Amino acid sequence: MGKAWKFGDNISTDLIAPGRYFHLRSNLPELAKHVLEGARTEFASLVRSGDFVVAGENFGLGSSREHAPVIINLAGAKAVLAKSFARIFYRNCINIGLPAITCNTDEIEEGDELELDMEQGIITNRTKGTELTFTPLPGVMNRILHEGGLVAYIKNHKSLEKI
Amino acid sequence: MGGKTLSEKIIEEHCGKEVSAGEVVVVNVDLSYMQDGTGPLTVLRMKEMGIEKAYNPEKTIIFLDHASPSPRMELSNDHRFLRDFAEKTGIILSDVGYGISHHNSLESYARPGDVIVGADSHTCTNGALGAFATGMGSTDVAAAIALGKTWMKVPETYLVEVNGRLPKGVYSKDIILHLIGKITSNGATYKALEFTGNTITGLSTAARSTIANMSVEAGAKVGLFPPDNETKKFLKKMGREEDFREVGSDEDADFEKRIEINAEELEPVIACPHLVDNTKKISEVGKVKVNEVLIGTSCNGRLEDLHIAASILKGKKISKNTRVIVTPASRMVYLEALKDGTIETFIESGALVTTPGCGACDGVHEGILGDGDVCLATQPRNFKGRMGNPNSFIYLGSPAVAAATALAGEISDPREVM
Repeated sequence: MGKAWKFGDNISTDLIAPGRYFHLRSNLPELAKHVLEGARTEFASLVRSGDFVVAGENFGLGSSREHAPVIINLAGAKAVLAKSFARIFYRNCINIGLPAITCNTDEIEEGDELELDMEQGIITNRTKGTELTFTPLPGVMNRILHEGGLVAYIKNHKSLEKI
Repeated sequence: MGGKTLSEKIIEEHCGKEVSAGEVVVVNVDLSYMQDGTGPLTVLRMKEMGIEKAYNPEKTIIFLDHASPSPRMELSNDHRFLRDFAEKTGIILSDVGYGISHHNSLESYARPGDVIVGADSHTCTNGALGAFATGMGSTDVAAAIALGKTWMKVPETYLVEVNGRLPKGVYSKDIILHLIGKITSNGATYKALEFTGNTITGLSTAARSTIANMSVEAGAKVGLFPPDNETKKFLKKMGREEDFREVGSDEDADFEKRIEINAEELEPVIACPHLVDNTKKISEVGKVKVNEVLIGTSCNGRLEDLHIAASILKGKKISKNTRVIVTPASRMVYLEALKDGTIETFIESGALVTTPGCGACDGVHEGILGDGDVCLATQPRNFKGRMGNPNSFIYLGSPAVAAATALAGEISDPREVM
C-alpha cells in the first residue's frame, strides 16, 4: 500500500528531471534528490517507498531522457498512474520495469492509500473504499515489464524476435 | 484491401512482411545514435545487457552536442567515457563543435526510407528526408545498437495537407506552431504525421526539418515528408545523390485523419509560456519585453534560418536591453555562414555567436536564463525550466520573429521590419 501524490496535466520531463541538473545524469541517486522538483519543490523529500505518482493527461511529454522515469523509480514510487502518457516516456517506464498505468485518475485524491494489482488490472483505493479498473498493458509491454524491463528481457532472450 | 501509408511501406521493407497500422513488429534499424545527455546511460544499458558492441558500428553515432564544449567537470567526464566507448567499439564519434545530432544526420547519414532511432526526442527531424526516424530512451536505443533491431507499433497516420502561398514574414515554423496550437501537445500521440500539399512541396529541406523536428511536440512518433525533387537536390548538395529514392503513400492509403491548413491565412505564430500548444497569433501577444533572444537549435539553426534573421538585422543594432545569441546547428552551417558574411552581420548588429550545438536550449550552458528573464527562442520547446531556470519565461517563434524582437527589445512582428 502506498500514498497518492497528485500532479496535473502536461508534466514535462523538464519538470521531472530538470536540465539544470544535467551534470548529475551519471549520478542517478543524486539526480533523484531533484525528482519532479519543477512541479513540486519538496517532492523528493516527501515521497516514500511504495507511493504512487498520480497525474492527469500527457504525463512525461518532452525529452527522451530515460533519467525521468529512472529517478521516479529510485525515489521509491511503485508506479505512475495517469490519464494518458507521452509516447517515449511510456516506453521508458516499461523498459526500466516501472509500471505506467493509464486510468481515470480523477477518482484518486492526494493522500489516498492505494494498492495496485497488475495481474487483475485493479487499483484499490483503501481511503475511499473503491476499486478502479484499468486496461492491461499491450501484450509486448506486458512481457517486457513481466521480465523486469528490456535489459532483463534481452539478457534472457538474446533477441527481440519473439517479443 | 486499401493502399499503404508511407510509414507502413517503410516498416514493411524493414520487417520483411506486409503490415497494417496497429500491428507490433520487429524492424531492422538503418541508423542509430545517442548524444551526451542520453549516451552515458545508453552505454550503461549495453553493458547491463552484456553486449558491449554495436551491431553496425559504421551506422551508429555518438554526438557530443548538448554540453558542447563541456561547461563542467562531471560532463567532461561523461564526454571522456563516451569518447573511450567510441574508440573501443568503432562507433562513429561526432565530437564537440560539430553540432547537433539531427543536423549532422540530415547532412551526412539519413536516407529516404530509412528506419532511424535516436536517444533524443527530436530524432524525428530526419523525417524531412522521408526517413522513419523516431526518438527513444536509452534502453531502447541500447537494444537497437546492440541488436540492429527494435520493436514498434505501426502507427496510424494523420495526413496534414498545407496548400497556398505562405504570406511574407510567415515560415514553416509558423505552420507547425499553428498545427500544434490546433491539435494540442498530445493531439498526435503515437501517430505518424505526414505532410503534403503544394506549400510543403515548395519548402526547402531546411524548412521541412523545422516541421519534422516539432512533430514530437504534438506527441507524434514521426513527422514525414515524402522524398521528392527537393530531397534529391538537397542530397546532391550534400554529395550523396545516390542515397535518394522515392517512397510515398498510396493514393488510396488509409489515413486515420486529414488535417487541412490554408497557408495564405497564416500569420506569424508565437508559443507562450509554458507549453508549446499555448499558441497565439503575434498580433494577439501584446507587449512583452524580452531579455534574451536565441536563434538556432535543432529546430531553426540552419543556414536558411540564419539568412532570414541576418537579412532583418543587417545594418541595424539590436536593442541595448536584449542579448542575442546565435547558435548554428552544425559546423557546415557555421562555416557557410562565416564565408557568406552572415556571421559578420550578426556580430556587427551586436549579437554573439556560439559553438555549433544545442546551445542554450537544453538549460546546460551558453545562455541560462536569470530569475524573471523572458526569452524569445527559435527552439522547439518552452517548458518551465527548459533553459535552466524554472523562474523564467520562454516564448517560441520563427527566426524572423527572433530578429525583429532583437531589434525592438520586445516581441515584434517581422512583417513590420521586412
